[in-house]
Amino acid sequence: MNLPEIKELTRVRVLGLLREPEAVFWVFAFPIILAAVLGFAFRSAGVKPSTIGLIEPASQMLTQALESDEQIDLETYPSWDEGFKQLRKGAVDGLIMEGGEADDPPRLAYDEARAEATTARLRVQRALTLAKSPGTDAPIDLEPVTETGSRYIDFLFPGLIGMNLMGTGMWGVGFAIADIRRKKFLRRLLVTPMRKSSFLLSFINSRLVFLFLELILLTSFGVWVLGIPFRGGLIAYLLICLLGAMLFSGLGILVASRARTIEGVSGIMNLVMMPMWLASGVFFSYERFPDWLHPILQLLPLTAVNDALRAVMLDGESLATQIPELIVMGVWAILCFVVALKIFRWE
Amino acid sequence: MTTAQATPQAPSPAPATDLAVSARGLVKRYADTVAVDGIDLDVRRATCVGVLGPNGAGKTTTIEMLEGLKNPDAGEITVLGRTWNGDRRDIQERIGVQLQEAEFQDKLKVFEVLRLFRSFFQNGADIDQIMETIGLTEKRGAYVKDLSGGQRQRLSVGCALLNNPEILFLDEPTTGLDPQARRRLWEVVEDFKAKGGTILLTTHYMEEAERLADEIFILDRGKVIAQGSPESLKATLGAESVVQFTFGDGNALSEQDLSAFEGVQSVRREGASMVLTVVRTQEVIAQLFDAARTQNLLLDDLRTHRPTLEDVFVSMTGKTLRDE
Ligand SMILES: Nc1ncnc2c1ncn2[C@@H]1O[C@H](COP(=O)(O)OP(=O)(O)OP(=O)(O)O)[C@@H](O)[C@H]1O
Ligand SMILES: [Mg+2]
Repeated sequence: MNLPEIKELTRVRVLGLLREPEAVFWVFAFPIILAAVLGFAFRSAGVKPSTIGLIEPASQMLTQALESDEQIDLETYPSWDEGFKQLRKGAVDGLIMEGGEADDPPRLAYDEARAEATTARLRVQRALTLAKSPGTDAPIDLEPVTETGSRYIDFLFPGLIGMNLMGTGMWGVGFAIADIRRKKFLRRLLVTPMRKSSFLLSFINSRLVFLFLELILLTSFGVWVLGIPFRGGLIAYLLICLLGAMLFSGLGILVASRARTIEGVSGIMNLVMMPMWLASGVFFSYERFPDWLHPILQLLPLTAVNDALRAVMLDGESLATQIPELIVMGVWAILCFVVALKIFRWE
Repeated sequence: MTTAQATPQAPSPAPATDLAVSARGLVKRYADTVAVDGIDLDVRRATCVGVLGPNGAGKTTTIEMLEGLKNPDAGEITVLGRTWNGDRRDIQERIGVQLQEAEFQDKLKVFEVLRLFRSFFQNGADIDQIMETIGLTEKRGAYVKDLSGGQRQRLSVGCALLNNPEILFLDEPTTGLDPQARRRLWEVVEDFKAKGGTILLTTHYMEEAERLADEIFILDRGKVIAQGSPESLKATLGAESVVQFTFGDGNALSEQDLSAFEGVQSVRREGASMVLTVVRTQEVIAQLFDAARTQNLLLDDLRTHRPTLEDVFVSMTGKTLRDE
């Protein structure tokens, strides 16, 4: 280990990045903005009323029953055909018209495969029952959950942090390496006694320099603006992020270790990141995949990061309970770095 | 993180030799070319060796094999009595290298580049002192991208001098520079040599080789076609001088006519002008004037000069050193 050279290489990386405002934006600001926008978008995933199409003419009773329900937005159409077009487009969740004969019940059309449509059906049924005999609502005490920590945004946020660690780490490092390759600077370094490990380490280090800035911004946004609970220890949280950032910059080095061009790097990068975007529980829990897949998914680096972050942030778990995840992260970090050092294309 | 190669090695005792660099039977092949085709090359300590040759002659390939940047397909290399396989880091600590086309990060300042390179070496010079040597002290805070070509080239040489190297490898250090910038760089190199440094440099420029080199290797198509001190190389030409002129409007003599003159060794065309290497200058000129009078020729721009390396080169290869 040659500490002065690691320090200088890191400094040069950091300066290089700070002096390219464009790079700072794409590598650091953009992921934060993305996370913020997604966070905002999912913040108030409050209940959306169902849109129901009503075919005119309709009895006053039916119209009133539907109109008086605050969870139903009513649209009217002059004919069944007209309304059905809207149903097909998904512009209305259900389509209702009076029955043929006087005593016939109304007819409701909806698409069974859509969750919104099923909700719409239940709401229409309830509205009609209530209209017929007021006060017959189901004998249940309703407790709408508003407690922080169990909303969708609470689930999502740690995933966004994980995704951000992955994206920033991999793009930042991968592009920096591709850029250095392009400039033939690498060859100049190779005729000095510089240690190759120092060179690769400097990419991880420079990533860590920016990590804290990024985390402070993102986390305070989450906690103050979105009201995400922070139940676990700050140190545990930071350590997981640190290990995650190291792991993903290592993966970034590995991905860039053979590719000769920026295009090559981005191709492999997408190939590596896409499965994790989908299957590592960023936007929805990986529990949705078949059970036999879970142990495999849990070995993915992003899954380990997300699981550990959620456990610490949302459940207030200690670091000790996250040993398996930490091991997965550590093994990936070391593996990526060592393999990258072996297979890196220096020429 | 330690790797096998990171273990510091006790410097192995260098075999007593006055050769700083020694190469035997170097060969480097690429898919469709043999870039270097069996080259032997020695550089004695405290001398400057110049490698001359036209584009694509194999100069860069050769020097980069000696620098340990490319692996030869065949041949032996020792640098400071060590081999690249055995004492890589040890050699690297003791040589300085300037590459033909290495770019530094644009948005680094001069002193930052030097500080970075300084950090790779165990021992070396002070970066302020190097900035003084290469004349970039006033530019210490300038970005690399804002330097002129000559300044950038001097920075490049400065990086090669940071570890107080025993050998300096320079690959076309002055190509593309104007004469003044070129002379400034020569001064840096001469200064290094005056302090006992060894230099291996490649160049397209005769003037550069004549001024800096004690020994010259002329390369063509991957082979050494001539070797020796500038004087001995010129002597091999066996010519007393070179006579050069153009025919003005009107009649002209063919190359055959000219080579029939008494005392003319060889004739060639260079653009519009005729270039004769001659043994007896005065006689040849007298014959030229006779011919001009009798055959009504107009002689323009008549000059004579001592044979240069360029003439040696051209007579050996039939090519000029530069494409232009
Ligand atoms: N990486 C490579 N792949 C294939 N061919 C190469 C490679 N590098 C060099 N060559 C070929 O080897 C030959 C020698 O090239 P080299 O760069 O050593 O010439 P040079 O004497 O340095 O020329 P110049 O004066 O233009 O710098 C050329 O024909 C070149 O095309
Ligand atoms: Mg060259």
